[in-house]
Parts: sequence; C-alpha cells; structure tokens
Amino acid sequence: MAEAHPVGFQWVVEAKKRGARIIHVDPRFTRTSALAHQHVPIRVGSDIAFLGGIINYVLENELDFRDYVVNYTNAATIVSEDFQDTDDLDGLFSGFDPETRTYDPTSWQYASEDDGGEQHRSQASTSGDHVEHRDTAAGMQHESHGHTASAHPPRDETLQHPRCVFQVLKRHYARYTPEVVEQVCGVSPEDFLAVCRAWTENSGRERTTALVYSVGWTQHSVGVQYIRAGAILQLLLGNMGRPGGGIMALRGHASIQGSTDIPTLFNILPGYLPMPNAASHQTLTDWIDSVRNPGAKGFWANAGAYGVNLLKAYWGDAATPDNDFCFDYMPRITGDHGTYRTVLDMIDGKVKGYFLLGQNPAVGSAHGRAQRLGMANLDWLVVRDLFAIESATFWKDAPEIETGEIVTEECATEVFLFPAASHVEKEGTFTQTQRMLQWREKAVEPPGDATSELWFFYHLGRMVRERLADSSDERDRPVLDLAWDYPLHGDPEQVAAGWGEPSAEAVLKEINGFEVATGRPLSSFTEMKDDGSTLGGCWIYTGVYADGVNQAARRKSRHEQSPVAPEWGWAWPLNRRILYNRASADPEGRPWSERKAYVWWDPEKGEAGEWVGDDVPDFEKTKPPSYRAPEGSDGVAAIEGIDPFIMQGDGKGALYVPQGLVDGPMPTHYEPVESPFRNLLHGQQANPTRKEYRRADNPLNPVPEDGRPDVFPFVFTTSRLTEHHTAGGMSRYLEHLAELQPEMFVEVSPQLAAERGLEHMGWCHVITARSAIEGRVMVTERLRPLRVEGRTVHQVWMPYHWGQGGLVSGDSANDLFGISLDPNVLIQESKVGTCDVQPGRRPTGRALRDYVEGYATRSGAVDEVSTPIVTASSDAVRRSQEAQDEGKDQHAPHQVEDQ
Amino acid sequence: MTEQAARTKRSLLPWPVLRQLADGDILGRGRSVRSRKTDEVEPRTATADRVARSVCPYCAVGCGQNVFVKDDKVVQIEGDPDSPVNRGRLCPKGSASKNLVTSELRQTTVKYRRPYGTEWEELDLHTAMDMVADRVVRTRRDSWQDFDEHDRKVRRTMGIASLGGATLDNEENYLIKKLFTAMGAIQIENQARI
Repeated sequence: MAEAHPVGFQWVVEAKKRGARIIHVDPRFTRTSALAHQHVPIRVGSDIAFLGGIINYVLENELDFRDYVVNYTNAATIVSEDFQDTDDLDGLFSGFDPETRTYDPTSWQYASEDDGGEQHRSQASTSGDHVEHRDTAAGMQHESHGHTASAHPPRDETLQHPRCVFQVLKRHYARYTPEVVEQVCGVSPEDFLAVCRAWTENSGRERTTALVYSVGWTQHSVGVQYIRAGAILQLLLGNMGRPGGGIMALRGHASIQGSTDIPTLFNILPGYLPMPNAASHQTLTDWIDSVRNPGAKGFWANAGAYGVNLLKAYWGDAATPDNDFCFDYMPRITGDHGTYRTVLDMIDGKVKGYFLLGQNPAVGSAHGRAQRLGMANLDWLVVRDLFAIESATFWKDAPEIETGEIVTEECATEVFLFPAASHVEKEGTFTQTQRMLQWREKAVEPPGDATSELWFFYHLGRMVRERLADSSDERDRPVLDLAWDYPLHGDPEQVAAGWGEPSAEAVLKEINGFEVATGRPLSSFTEMKDDGSTLGGCWIYTGVYADGVNQAARRKSRHEQSPVAPEWGWAWPLNRRILYNRASADPEGRPWSERKAYVWWDPEKGEAGEWVGDDVPDFEKTKPPSYRAPEGSDGVAAIEGIDPFIMQGDGKGALYVPQGLVDGPMPTHYEPVESPFRNLLHGQQANPTRKEYRRADNPLNPVPEDGRPDVFPFVFTTSRLTEHHTAGGMSRYLEHLAELQPEMFVEVSPQLAAERGLEHMGWCHVITARSAIEGRVMVTERLRPLRVEGRTVHQVWMPYHWGQGGLVSGDSANDLFGISLDPNVLIQESKVGTCDVQPGRRPTGRALRDYVEGYATRSGAVDEVSTPIVTASSDAVRRSQEAQDEGKDQHAPHQVEDQ
Repeated sequence: MTEQAARTKRSLLPWPVLRQLADGDILGRGRSVRSRKTDEVEPRTATADRVARSVCPYCAVGCGQNVFVKDDKVVQIEGDPDSPVNRGRLCPKGSASKNLVTSELRQTTVKYRRPYGTEWEELDLHTAMDMVADRVVRTRRDSWQDFDEHDRKVRRTMGIASLGGATLDNEENYLIKKLFTAMGAIQIENQARI
C-alpha cells in the first residue's frame, strides 16, 4: 500500500499513531512492511490457505462476534441436504460436470422453507446454462447485487443444526490448521498465530479491523474466492458496515471503479445490469426478471425501472412502452467476449478493427506477445493516448520485429494515433476506490489536435449517423434512433463549425436521470419509473445531480465538516460513505458501543423514529429495527429491520454463497495454475472451473510430475513501483519518474543468487514457456526463500512497467505470463507463475524463440501433453456428478412447474 | 539590518560559507544563503492567473489537486489541502503530473501508419475522423450478424473491439458504451477486466 497507494497509506500511519497494529502479509518486504508491526512473508498463490487458517482459528475457538453473526449473516441458514463439500469429493464440490468443467449449483442451495426438498424459484431459476454463466462473467453483476436467494429460508439461530451454514463452514475449514498453513504458505505457526490473535482481539463491539487488499488479489485463477475468504472472516468478526472495518479494495487507476459502475465491459451495462444474452434474454421481461429475481428480498426488485430508464436514456423518444423501450435494439452476447478471447480472435483473423483508449496492452496485458501478434493482424487500429506508446508503434519496434515474427513491410494493420486530452484539459468525473465521484474542472485547452474521449466518441457517433442517415436497413435503426443530442461548448469557432466539445455536465445529468416531461433531475433511484416518464443512464449514480446541482463538484474543506466528509464529492449510492452501515448498530438499532457509534435508530426522531448518524443510513430511513416482513413478501418489503445487507437475496451477509459463483459456495485452497507444488489438501490441483484457452500460442508451464526435472523451479510475481504507473504510458515518458526508476530489474534473495550465480547489478533473464526477459539483478533480503511442503521455494519479484518505448526502456514482465482466467470474472492469473532464472542477458533475434521453445519442450508445456485440469480422483468426480443428478431428480418437478 | 546594509555585507563576503560563519547560520538555512535573486522569487502558485480543482490521474485513491494556470499554461500542480482524501499531499507520480501534462513528448497531431508503411505520416484531425468513421461503417457492415449459429437473434458485429483505460471519465465511458451498443459492437472492454 505504501508503494502503490502512498497517499492512501498516510491513513494507516495515522491509525498507527493512534495505537493501531499494522500487519503486512506479502511475499516481499516493501515500504509497507517497513512501517508495519509485523511482516508475514507468504508463498504467492496460497492466500486462501492462510485466510482459511484464520477462519478455522475463529471458529474452533468460538471467537466470532456471535450477536452480529446470528443476526446479520447467513450463519443460521440451513443448506440443502444434497450439498457435498470438498472434503468428501477430493477438492470438488457437488454438482461438477467434468465435460464442461462447470458446476450445477442446485445442490449448494439453501434448504427450502418446508425443508422437504423443494427449492424456492429464486434459487432454482438461474441454474441453467453454467458454461454461459462462466463465459459471460455473470458473477460480475453481483458487484452491487449479491447472491439471489429466497427471502425466507429456514434458519437455526442456535447454530447447532449440522447443515446450518455455520457448521458447514466449520467443517469446511477444520483442515486449515496452523500446521497446514505452515506447509502450504510457508508461514511459521508463531507468525500465523500472532496474526490470528491480533485480528480477533481487535474485533468485536468495541473494536474493528480493516482488511486492505490491492487488486493484485484479483489477478489469480481463484481471485474472486480470495476476496470471498476475506469477506467471510470480516463477517465472522463483525467488521462489515462498521467504522474502521470493511474490506478496502485499493483499485489501481483513477476511475477503475467508475469503469465498472459505468462499464466499458462486454458483459454488463451501467449500474451492473446484465448485457442481454441470446440464450435467455430475448424479451424485455426475460431480461428484467433475470435481474429482478422475483421472490428475493432487496432493492433489485425495482430492476424494471432501472432497466427501462437505461433504455430510455439510450433511445429517448423512440423508446416507448409499445416497443418495449427498444429493448430489441440491444445486441446480444453469446458467451465469452472478454479482452483475452478477443485478442486470440485477432490472431485468428476474426476481428478487424480495434480501439485502444488510454490503454497499452502490448505491455499491460498478460502474454504481451499474443497481444502484439493480434494487433499485427488487424485491418485497422485506433490508439488514443498522450504518448506514442508501444501499442501504437508495435509495427516498427515490437520485440517480435527482432524475432522476425512481425515484419514491418508485411504488416497490413493501418494505425491511427490520436493525441488525447489530459486530465486537466477536460472536465468530468472520476470515481475513486471508495465509490466517490469527484468532478474535475478544466484548467487549460488541450494542445494542438488533442481531444477528449467525449469529443472523439460524440463526433464519431455523429459522423456514423450522418453516413447511415439515408439507410432504410433495420440494423441501422438503433444508431439512427439513438438519443445523441448533447449541447456543444468551448471555442465558439469550433462550435459554429460543428466540432465543439460536448458538455460533460449534460452527460452527467443524463447518467443521473431526470423526469422526461420537465427535465427535473432525479434525487434518488427510488424516483425511477418503469413507464418511460423518467430516464436515467446509471441508476446507482442517481443523486449525483440531485436538485440540478453537480454534487460531485462539491469541495467543502475537510476543516469545515466531519471526518466522514459527506460534502466532499459524492459517493454512490445516495452519498453513503460506508456501505451496509445499518450493521454498525445492534439488532435493536443501538450502536454496538459508544466508541464505534456510526448509524443508529433514534425512536424520538420524525413521526415514529428514524435512522440517524454520521453517514447517510444505508437503510430505509423510517423502517424500525423491529420491523418483520409479512408472510410471503418479497422485494423491499421483505427486508426486515435486522437485514443490513439490503442488496442480498436474503438480506444477510454471505458466509456461504448458494448462487452466483462459478467455482464453489466457499473458498477452498487450490494451487495456482502454474505451481511447483501439488495441492496438499486435495487431489484437485488447481481451480477446476478456470477459463483456459488451450492452444499452441498459449502454452502453460506444467506442474512437474514426480521424477521429471524441474524446468521451471521458481515462483515469480510482479507488482508496482511507487515511481511508475502500470504499463508505463503515464510514467516512462516523464523525466522525473524515468530518472527515479530508470531500469527493469529482477529481485532475488541472496540464496537464489548464490544458487544460480547471479551477481548484484549484473544481468539476468527470466524464462517461462511464453518468453524470456532480461533485467538487472537486485540481490536483496526483501525476498526470503520459504519452506513449503518440506522443501525450499525461491520467489522472484519483478516490476512490470517497462516496454521498448519511453525515456527508459526495458523488457516487459507481462510477456512472461500465459492466459488463464478466473472463471467468475475472466480476469487473468498474472500475479503468479513458475519460471527459471539464469545469469546473463537473454538471446536475441530468432535465437530467443528457439531458446524459449527449448524450455517449453523440456518442461512438457506443449499442447499435447499439457497438464490435465481435472485432477480429483475419478471416483470423486463421479460422486460429485451423481450428487447433482440425484438433486436434479428430486427438484425436477418443481422446476417444471415454475416454467 | 537594512536592505542596503545586507547587500553590502553580501558583497563583502561572496562565499556563502563565510556569511554562514559570520551570521552564526551554521545550518545554512537562514539569511546567509539568500541573494537578491532568491528574494525576488515568488512561488508560481502566488502568481497564477487561476486555479482549477482537479483529481490526480494515477491510482484510485483520488487525491485532490490544485492546478495553477498562468497565461493559459499549467505552471504548477499541487495537492489540495482542503481534500479529506489527501490533505494536500501527493506521491511521486502525483507530484510529477505537471510533467505529464506539459511534456514535450506528448502527441499533438494525428499520426497515421498506412498498411505496410514503415514510418508515421501526419494527418489532419478532421480527415482522420472521416477515415475512422468510414472504417467503422464499413467493418460493421461487412461483419454484421443478425443471427448466431443457433439461429438466435444477436444483431451485432464481431468485427470491432475496444479496450479502454481506467483513466477515462465516467461521462466518457458512458458515451463509449452507449454508441458501441447502438452500433452492435459488443467486444467492448476495459482495464477493469485486467
């Protein structure tokens, strides 16, 4: 955190001054470790084993915050008797289909209300096409969504029922003992127990603990389950929805939160609405119902309004109730259209045109060679950036020019490099990592022909519409009917000539939403109507333009308001700074302790009491803690006074996830796809449901079999330097930053340096089945060899900021990674791999490819003999599948009824 | 000491270390190291024509920045002391953001590389926009798909893809997704996937 988010880290230092204990778990000793009380080096890729060990410590010693757990989590909920856990199935959960490598989650569901085997419709409804669920990263809709579950599942609040979530969890993590943590993670029991004690002793009524992770956590084949493991722990200890608690994702780019809220992602629309898919969203009602999830609790029940408001914002006057608000205009997805699939399709010649908007995949994406070969096979490429980045110049200086794989005179790709406006040359909002939108004022005009993305896309849309204006083709209606009328401003001459800058404020107002007839901006998404009388582009952002005021532009000094700073910028939803903050009060609505008071029920306020406090309550303002839902209710009415997690299908924090995850209801330890170790816990080696593209140009280092020489014996990981930013497009071109960190380097421990003959400040190169890259050797005790499963493992660390362009150049660490993805969100495993390290510089020219291919062949990383993905025993696979078939038989009549 | 006397004293002791000794300014942080030039220097923040309130474009912490402008040029970027996020602080990258926006290496014209070309060529902005619009229309037409292989309605193009960075504004992302969706382009991705 001190390295990659230094200014955010000031608050950790501040907390330390007030007595907080800081623990840093990281393979490498960093500037964060230097200021922490305890640094725990860990083997890369073993985090679930580590966190699972702490969960086990909490459960074995009954250190959970019981009042919180019983009332606010699903600990008491009874799980279906069909569910079988990884312990029984060699690392698989029940319901696994080895053909498609997906789970049917039917057996993971909560038991039904009468406990007689019938499932609630909301639980059964999306257990349909599991391959599609993975391919479309459908779990991402749950970012603000939560799982879908029935509103009233059976519960045992004594937590004694053998199938209640609490007991299921306890059994699941019983194997994660301190000894197992030591064996798998390379963490000593003393270090581990010190973390356990610190975390648990600092949680409860009087105290809270924050879990901070950086998004390298997401770059694993089990990335979502890493975060789930953190969530389980924080829920068990009562650290969610409370001040000083939470799980803080330190996202790495100025508006990466905004880029998912208002996505440019293939599978979601603004506000986490799903992109319609051809299989199940042929009509507006299908689409809405898949989000609305009848039968479940919570605010997704109003999805009809959110969806209609988006369609109305897109197609304006053309969108009417009679034509289902132009729902038919939406293109349909049919599977995986993620960035890695698309790059492979470029290599295969299926994609013709590509836009890169402030993005440098030639350096920043995994498997850089595949990225560059894909771009070299396009018809046209548009790059918009401040500098001539590697993704714009690959046709003349990519590493593949040197190897002869790209020949400039034979490369047909037409490239446009448009100069982009910088952050001070345009106005608009970034959403930072805590969901807060901050408006930026424009300081100066962009230089020369540099323009904003807003300008580029507005005018591109205008010009495409002009070209299609006379078309009578039905396919062009969505373009021609698009609401694309934004006021232009800026230089009067440009405006007069039709080339003005579109008003970002007008776009923000459309995102916020307004009444169609009057233009009155909406104050809350609860004002959205599903009849076309309101429109709004992103329901979760409604309120950012409340009262016609740009709330994101608020800059009331921190000296003039409370520490919560509600009048600085604006946070979604509805300016709430801590999500689910009803959990900061006890079931009766009183603060858990005076010390941790944040939001509470004031029975004297208003007509019959109101929620009050330091923040905007994340709860219906006048719904008392004593409210209990009427029989058979769903939606908002079903949220009880003790259901803080108002977006979850059952209103409870999920210790166990019955639905929505592709790879299991609870995190379980799997080895990384590339690992020098066998999974100590199960026969199933790595995530069985991961997304892989098995092709000759994407070889993965195999897990060594017994007796085979270890060709790739070391583990490597990458992260950022304070002085550089991601793929270097915003830092390697700057004099100051280039001077501060001028050269690519490879950190190794003194022990590894001795083993391989590496000389400090000399050259070395790192080899995987994809590439070999070179850098200067940095011999440092910041990296320590760990003892794992009884042997020593060396870990190698590299920054990933360099490419061939910029003021300082070097090889790109992302060239070392292959492409294998987390099945829930299709994010690549680019924080862990296996490698070899050798002294000296790498070969150049064609010899480089021969060298790498020699390694790949020796390791067995060739297509025909690649490691099998399903490695659980065949008996376990059969039983997992059978459990499913039994479950299906049992539930089939009910499902048919529902249809 | 009057201003006149100070000048006289300086001229008599031209070597700063002598002035330090004479003044007892052992650490060299006082009057002994001042010159007429340093006395006349004013901070760029004091002489700026205007200040724009902005946000750092690097990581996602969201530090407030004050952008100082003189003669329509950015002359300084500093942390915003009013911000509850950063309390006026910036990290090395944030502190270098003036360098980012004023760098001479920035592209200011459209560069064009024709198929099989070996060098960049210059292109007029509006011509370049026309060319891109033509290519979008053509590729969309040539790669249009009304139905998929299972005869399900998809009305889309698989010929056009996009990958956006996460330093795009919300308003920009909104228009990008809106336009591509209307055009039937679905392979629209972002750093957020990476």
